[in-house]
Amino acid sequence: MRWIWFDRFEEFLPGERAVAVKNVTLAEDHLHDHFPAFPVMPASLMIEGMAQTAGILVGHARNFTEKVILAKIKQAVFHEVIRPGDQVRYDARIEHLTDAAATTHGEIRCADRLVGEVDLVFSHIDQNISGLEFPEENFVFTEEFMALLKTYTQRDTERITL
Amino acid sequence: MAAPSRQEIFKKVQQALVDALSVEEDEVREDATLTGDLQAESIDILDIVFRLEKTFNIKISQEELTPRDILSNPDYVSNRKLNPAGLAALKERVRHADFTKFAQDPDIDKILDVFTVGTIVNFVEAKLAAAK
Repeated sequence: MRWIWFDRFEEFLPGERAVAVKNVTLAEDHLHDHFPAFPVMPASLMIEGMAQTAGILVGHARNFTEKVILAKIKQAVFHEVIRPGDQVRYDARIEHLTDAAATTHGEIRCADRLVGEVDLVFSHIDQNISGLEFPEENFVFTEEFMALLKTYTQRDTERITL
Repeated sequence: MAAPSRQEIFKKVQQALVDALSVEEDEVREDATLTGDLQAESIDILDIVFRLEKTFNIKISQEELTPRDILSNPDYVSNRKLNPAGLAALKERVRHADFTKFAQDPDIDKILDVFTVGTIVNFVEAKLAAAK
Protein backbone atom coordinates (compact mmCIF):
# COMPACT_ATOMS: atom_id res chain seq x y z
CA MET A 1 0.00 0.00 0.00
CA ARG A 2 1.24 3.47 -0.86
CA TRP A 3 0.28 6.44 1.25
CA ILE A 4 -0.77 8.83 -1.50
CA TRP A 5 -4.22 10.28 -1.01
CA PHE A 6 -4.87 12.07 -4.26
CA ASP A 7 -4.70 10.91 -7.87
CA ARG A 8 -3.60 13.91 -9.87
CA PHE A 9 -3.14 17.64 -9.83
CA GLU A 10 -5.65 19.73 -11.66
CA GLU A 11 -4.06 23.10 -11.06
CA PHE A 12 -0.71 24.16 -9.69
CA LEU A 13 0.18 27.80 -9.22
CA PRO A 14 3.63 27.77 -7.57
CA GLY A 15 3.70 29.48 -4.20
CA GLU A 16 -0.04 30.17 -4.33
CA ARG A 17 -2.51 27.42 -4.99
CA ALA A 18 -2.82 23.73 -5.82
CA VAL A 19 -5.91 21.75 -6.69
CA ALA A 20 -5.72 17.95 -6.54
CA VAL A 21 -8.33 15.37 -7.40
CA LYS A 22 -9.11 12.14 -5.58
CA ASN A 23 -11.42 9.46 -6.96
CA VAL A 24 -13.02 7.43 -4.23
CA THR A 25 -13.54 3.76 -5.02
CA LEU A 26 -14.81 0.65 -3.30
CA ALA A 27 -11.52 -1.04 -4.20
CA GLU A 28 -10.10 0.84 -1.21
CA ASP A 29 -10.07 -1.78 1.50
CA HIS A 30 -10.68 0.49 4.44
CA LEU A 31 -14.05 1.67 3.11
CA HIS A 32 -15.47 -1.79 3.81
CA ASP A 33 -14.78 -1.27 7.49
CA HIS A 34 -15.70 2.40 7.57
CA PHE A 35 -18.47 1.46 7.83
CA PRO A 36 -19.80 -2.04 7.05
CA ALA A 37 -22.73 -1.60 4.65
CA PHE A 38 -22.25 2.18 4.79
CA PRO A 39 -18.93 3.06 3.17
CA VAL A 40 -17.87 6.70 3.61
CA MET A 41 -14.46 8.25 3.20
CA PRO A 42 -12.91 8.86 6.63
CA ALA A 43 -12.55 12.56 7.42
CA SER A 44 -9.04 11.87 8.72
CA LEU A 45 -8.00 10.72 5.23
CA MET A 46 -9.44 13.87 3.69
CA ILE A 47 -7.27 15.84 6.09
CA GLU A 48 -4.34 13.72 4.90
CA GLY A 49 -5.25 14.37 1.24
CA MET A 50 -5.37 18.09 1.90
CA ALA A 51 -2.10 17.92 3.84
CA GLN A 52 -0.40 16.18 0.92
CA THR A 53 -1.77 18.66 -1.63
CA ALA A 54 -0.87 21.67 0.51
CA GLY A 55 2.41 20.12 1.69
CA ILE A 56 3.66 19.67 -1.87
CA LEU A 57 2.65 23.26 -2.66
CA VAL A 58 4.63 24.47 0.37
CA GLY A 59 7.57 22.18 -0.45
CA HIS A 60 7.66 23.37 -4.04
CA ALA A 61 7.81 26.99 -2.89
CA ARG A 62 11.29 26.25 -1.48
CA ASN A 63 12.31 23.89 -4.29
CA PHE A 64 11.82 20.86 -2.00
CA THR A 65 14.92 21.78 -0.02
CA GLU A 66 13.03 22.08 3.28
CA LYS A 67 11.59 19.20 5.25
CA VAL A 68 7.94 20.15 5.33
CA ILE A 69 6.03 18.54 8.19
CA LEU A 70 2.37 18.90 9.06
CA ALA A 71 2.59 20.53 12.46
CA LYS A 72 -0.94 21.55 13.33
CA ILE A 73 -4.50 21.25 12.14
CA LYS A 74 -5.91 24.72 12.76
CA GLN A 75 -9.39 23.79 11.73
CA ALA A 76 -11.10 20.82 10.11
CA VAL A 77 -14.84 20.92 9.50
CA PHE A 78 -16.89 18.67 7.28
CA HIS A 79 -20.35 19.42 5.97
CA GLU A 80 -21.30 16.15 4.29
CA VAL A 81 -20.05 12.61 3.69
CA ILE A 82 -18.08 11.37 0.69
CA ARG A 83 -19.02 7.99 -0.75
CA PRO A 84 -17.56 5.56 -3.31
CA GLY A 85 -17.90 6.96 -6.82
CA ASP A 86 -17.45 10.53 -5.63
CA GLN A 87 -14.65 12.70 -6.89
CA VAL A 88 -13.24 15.14 -4.37
CA ARG A 89 -11.12 18.19 -5.03
CA TYR A 90 -8.54 19.45 -2.56
CA ASP A 91 -8.12 23.15 -3.17
CA ALA A 92 -5.19 24.46 -1.13
CA ARG A 93 -3.94 28.03 -0.91
CA ILE A 94 -0.87 29.33 0.89
CA GLU A 95 -1.79 32.02 3.43
CA HIS A 96 1.61 32.60 5.00
CA LEU A 97 5.04 31.37 4.03
CA THR A 98 8.17 32.18 6.00
CA ASP A 99 11.59 30.59 6.50
CA ALA A 100 10.25 28.67 9.49
CA ALA A 101 6.72 27.69 8.56
CA ALA A 102 3.66 28.02 6.38
CA THR A 103 -0.08 28.11 6.84
CA THR A 104 -2.60 27.02 4.25
CA HIS A 105 -6.34 27.37 3.78
CA GLY A 106 -8.04 24.42 2.15
CA GLU A 107 -11.48 23.77 0.73
CA ILE A 108 -12.70 20.32 -0.17
CA ARG A 109 -15.33 20.11 -2.90
CA CYS A 110 -17.41 17.37 -4.49
CA ALA A 111 -18.99 18.53 -7.72
CA ASP A 112 -19.80 22.13 -6.79
CA ARG A 113 -20.56 21.47 -3.16
CA LEU A 114 -18.26 22.56 -0.36
CA VAL A 115 -17.87 19.42 1.73
CA GLY A 116 -15.07 20.45 4.04
CA GLU A 117 -12.60 23.12 5.14
CA VAL A 118 -9.15 22.24 6.41
CA ASP A 119 -6.63 24.85 7.55
CA LEU A 120 -3.12 23.66 8.31
CA VAL A 121 0.23 24.77 9.71
CA PHE A 122 3.41 23.27 8.26
CA SER A 123 6.84 23.50 9.83
CA HIS A 124 10.14 23.65 7.97
CA ILE A 125 11.56 21.50 10.70
CA ASP A 126 15.22 22.39 10.20
CA GLN A 127 14.24 25.99 11.01
CA ASN A 128 12.32 25.15 14.20
CA ILE A 129 12.40 27.76 16.93
CA SER A 130 13.44 25.23 19.56
CA GLY A 131 16.74 24.69 17.73
CA LEU A 132 16.27 20.90 17.45
CA GLU A 133 18.38 19.13 14.83
CA PHE A 134 17.22 16.50 12.35
CA PRO A 135 19.05 14.17 9.91
CA GLU A 136 20.47 15.94 6.89
CA GLU A 137 18.77 13.68 4.36
CA ASN A 138 15.38 14.97 3.21
CA PHE A 139 13.15 12.20 4.47
CA VAL A 140 10.00 14.07 3.45
CA PHE A 141 10.68 14.71 -0.22
CA THR A 142 12.58 11.52 -0.97
CA GLU A 143 13.88 10.33 -4.34
CA GLU A 144 10.90 8.01 -4.56
CA PHE A 145 8.57 10.92 -3.96
CA MET A 146 10.27 13.12 -6.54
CA ALA A 147 9.98 10.31 -9.11
CA LEU A 148 6.27 10.06 -8.40
CA LEU A 149 5.88 13.81 -8.72
CA LYS A 150 7.44 13.58 -12.16
CA THR A 151 4.69 11.21 -13.28
CA TYR A 152 2.13 13.82 -12.32
CA THR A 153 3.89 16.51 -14.31
CA GLN A 154 4.46 14.33 -17.38
CA ARG A 155 0.82 13.43 -17.66
CA ASP A 156 -0.53 16.83 -16.83
CA THR A 157 2.20 18.77 -18.53
CA GLU A 158 -0.12 20.96 -20.55
CA ARG A 159 -1.80 22.26 -17.46
CA ILE A 160 0.85 21.96 -14.82
CA THR A 161 4.45 23.00 -14.66
CA LEU A 162 6.15 21.98 -11.46
CA MET B 1 -7.76 56.61 12.15
CA ALA B 2 -7.00 56.75 15.87
CA ALA B 3 -4.55 54.22 17.23
CA PRO B 4 -6.32 51.34 18.98
CA SER B 5 -6.32 51.47 22.76
CA ARG B 6 -4.46 48.91 24.82
CA GLN B 7 -7.78 47.32 25.70
CA GLU B 8 -8.73 47.02 22.03
CA ILE B 9 -5.39 45.40 21.26
CA PHE B 10 -5.81 43.05 24.21
CA LYS B 11 -9.24 41.96 22.95
CA LYS B 12 -7.87 41.07 19.52
CA VAL B 13 -4.84 39.30 20.97
CA GLN B 14 -7.17 37.40 23.26
CA GLN B 15 -9.28 36.27 20.31
CA ALA B 16 -6.18 35.14 18.39
CA LEU B 17 -5.07 33.07 21.38
CA VAL B 18 -8.53 31.58 21.94
CA ASP B 19 -8.61 30.49 18.29
CA ALA B 20 -5.02 29.26 18.11
CA LEU B 21 -4.90 27.39 21.41
CA SER B 22 -8.53 26.34 21.92
CA VAL B 23 -8.55 27.95 25.36
CA GLU B 24 -11.36 29.81 27.07
CA GLU B 25 -11.49 33.58 26.91
CA ASP B 26 -11.18 33.97 30.70
CA GLU B 27 -7.96 31.91 30.70
CA VAL B 28 -6.29 34.52 28.50
CA ARG B 29 -5.31 37.05 31.18
CA GLU B 30 -2.48 39.58 30.89
CA ASP B 31 -0.23 37.60 33.24
CA ALA B 32 -0.86 34.15 31.72
CA THR B 33 2.28 32.60 30.22
CA LEU B 34 1.91 31.17 26.73
CA THR B 35 3.80 27.92 27.18
CA GLY B 36 2.96 27.43 30.86
CA ASP B 37 -0.58 28.57 31.59
CA LEU B 38 -1.94 28.33 28.06
CA GLN B 39 0.15 25.26 27.10
CA ALA B 40 1.26 26.60 23.74
CA GLU B 41 3.83 24.51 21.87
CA SER B 42 6.47 26.00 19.63
CA ILE B 43 4.36 25.48 16.49
CA ASP B 44 1.49 27.31 18.19
CA ILE B 45 3.78 30.31 18.55
CA LEU B 46 4.16 30.42 14.78
CA ASP B 47 0.41 30.04 14.34
CA ILE B 48 -0.14 32.92 16.78
CA VAL B 49 2.39 35.10 14.96
CA PHE B 50 0.62 34.53 11.63
CA ARG B 51 -2.74 35.36 13.22
CA LEU B 52 -1.36 38.58 14.76
CA GLU B 53 0.18 39.60 11.44
CA LYS B 54 -3.18 39.18 9.76
CA THR B 55 -5.25 40.79 12.52
CA PHE B 56 -3.06 43.86 12.95
CA ASN B 57 -1.58 44.03 9.45
CA ILE B 58 1.98 43.98 10.77
CA LYS B 59 5.12 41.96 10.02
CA ILE B 60 6.86 40.02 12.78
CA SER B 61 10.28 38.57 12.07
CA GLN B 62 11.62 35.40 13.61
CA GLU B 63 14.50 37.32 15.20
CA GLU B 64 12.12 39.56 17.11
CA LEU B 65 10.35 36.58 18.51
CA THR B 66 13.04 34.05 19.35
CA PRO B 67 16.54 35.37 18.87
CA ARG B 68 18.16 32.11 17.82
CA ASP B 69 21.42 33.86 17.02
CA ILE B 70 21.76 34.91 20.67
CA LEU B 71 20.63 31.56 22.05
CA SER B 72 23.14 29.66 19.91
CA ASN B 73 26.09 32.02 20.41
CA PRO B 74 28.84 30.27 22.44
CA ASP B 75 29.94 33.69 23.79
CA TYR B 76 26.55 33.99 25.45
CA VAL B 77 25.62 30.43 26.33
CA SER B 78 27.29 27.62 28.22
CA ASN B 79 25.56 24.45 29.42
CA ARG B 80 22.35 25.82 27.90
CA LYS B 81 22.38 28.79 30.30
CA LEU B 82 22.74 32.41 29.29
CA ASN B 83 25.59 34.38 30.88
CA PRO B 84 25.11 38.04 31.92
CA ALA B 85 26.31 39.32 28.54
CA GLY B 86 23.83 37.01 26.80
CA LEU B 87 21.04 38.15 29.06
CA ALA B 88 21.85 41.78 28.29
CA ALA B 89 21.80 41.06 24.56
CA LEU B 90 18.49 39.28 24.92
CA LYS B 91 16.91 42.14 26.87
CA GLU B 92 18.10 44.56 24.24
CA ARG B 93 16.46 42.51 21.51
CA VAL B 94 13.24 41.42 23.19
CA ARG B 95 12.26 44.67 24.79
CA HIS B 96 8.70 44.00 25.75
CA ALA B 97 9.21 41.05 28.05
CA ASP B 98 9.90 40.97 31.76
CA PHE B 99 13.07 38.97 32.37
CA THR B 100 13.13 39.30 36.18
CA LYS B 101 12.13 35.71 36.81
CA PHE B 102 14.03 34.23 33.88
CA ALA B 103 17.24 35.94 35.06
CA GLN B 104 17.18 33.84 38.25
CA ASP B 105 17.61 30.69 36.15
CA PRO B 106 18.49 31.69 32.59
CA ASP B 107 17.99 28.23 31.12
CA ILE B 108 17.57 28.73 27.37
CA ASP B 109 15.06 25.88 27.22
CA LYS B 110 12.80 28.04 29.38
CA ILE B 111 13.03 31.13 27.21
CA LEU B 112 9.44 30.83 26.01
CA ASP B 113 8.26 31.16 29.64
CA VAL B 114 8.98 34.90 29.49
CA PHE B 115 6.22 35.38 26.96
CA THR B 116 2.95 36.30 28.63
CA VAL B 117 -0.24 37.59 27.08
CA GLY B 118 0.77 41.02 28.35
CA THR B 119 4.13 40.72 26.55
CA ILE B 120 2.34 40.16 23.29
CA VAL B 121 0.03 43.12 23.86
CA ASN B 122 3.09 45.31 24.63
CA PHE B 123 4.79 44.01 21.53
CA VAL B 124 1.83 44.71 19.24
CA GLU B 125 1.27 48.13 20.80
CA ALA B 126 4.90 49.10 20.09
CA LYS B 127 4.75 47.67 16.57
CA LEU B 128 1.62 49.67 15.76
CA ALA B 129 3.14 52.84 17.23
CA ALA B 130 6.31 52.34 15.17
CA ALA B 131 4.30 51.76 11.99
CA LYS B 132 2.54 55.10 12.25
